[in-house]
Amino acid sequence: MYKIAVLGDRESVLGFKALGLDVHPAETAEDARKTLHHLARDGETAIIYLTEQFAAEMQDEIRKYKDEVMPAIILIPGKAGSMGIGMQNITDSVERAVGADIL
Amino acid sequence: MPSANVNATRMELTKQKRKLATSTRGHKLLKDKRDELMKQFLDMIRENRALRKKVEEGLMRAHGSFTVASAVMSSEMLEQSLLYPKQSVDLNMSYKNIMSVNVPMYQFSTRSADAGEIYPYGFAATSGELDGAVDALSSVFEDMLKLAQIEKACQLMAEEIEKTRRRVNALEYVVIPDCQAKIKSISMKLDENERNNTIRLMKVKDMMMAETINQKRQETAKALNLYK
Repeated sequence: MYKIAVLGDRESVLGFKALGLDVHPAETAEDARKTLHHLARDGETAIIYLTEQFAAEMQDEIRKYKDEVMPAIILIPGKAGSMGIGMQNITDSVERAVGADIL
Repeated sequence: MPSANVNATRMELTKQKRKLATSTRGHKLLKDKRDELMKQFLDMIRENRALRKKVEEGLMRAHGSFTVASAVMSSEMLEQSLLYPKQSVDLNMSYKNIMSVNVPMYQFSTRSADAGEIYPYGFAATSGELDGAVDALSSVFEDMLKLAQIEKACQLMAEEIEKTRRRVNALEYVVIPDCQAKIKSISMKLDENERNNTIRLMKVKDMMMAETINQKRQETAKALNLYK
């Protein structure tokens, strides 16, 4: 049995609590980074939804877990709106696989 | 040419020939693998994009309602309402093998099947906007899980394709040409040795012939002298 975690600023993630997900509000990017490491290492969390606002400041950490099967770190827009990082990540995947952005 | 120092022996030649055969076969197989992976990857990426767009839109809608709700309600009240969720989600993970890439598949089950059960609060003290926000979130949640699955699969496949592509290129542009060059240089050297040998034998034969002829001549001369 695995857990689904949501990591982001308080207002963006509070609503997910109603769905029964593991909500981890973070105040600063430093907080978020610590929580992310903690979640990634506990071996129980299969999916981590992370708001783009924090993701922008922790690209290195995200890249580290990209090639691991668990956890899947999925970016979601925070309350401030989409920053296009999620889409950019898809484009990056294409570039990595094909060598150029062909789509 | 990187094939400067190889032992020009028949054994080495056989070894290199075998290596070339294996590399060529491996190259073909890896190339096929890369093509198939790429085909599936591109399909998946397209789906990934569409799904992400949908999820982002859905989430933005939910955030919008949530912002209104938090404006109408006090933040303590809001937090209190969501403090103890009624619903909980169990996630199960299995693996699917796509061309030797293990990608996770998620199956989730909610504790209560009733969709109306997601509101963990009484309606009296909360604003209607909060209902809307929670509703929007729960409707986008299934897509979010699907997105997680596809996006992770895409990331893992991108890695595998990159690896395979590098291997194919290494075989095509380094290993195979190197092997061919080695085979060529060894067989040239062996041929050269062969010719050397033939020439040496011919030379030795000439020398021996010359010696025998000389000997015979001397004998004849001796014999002639006796009769003088």
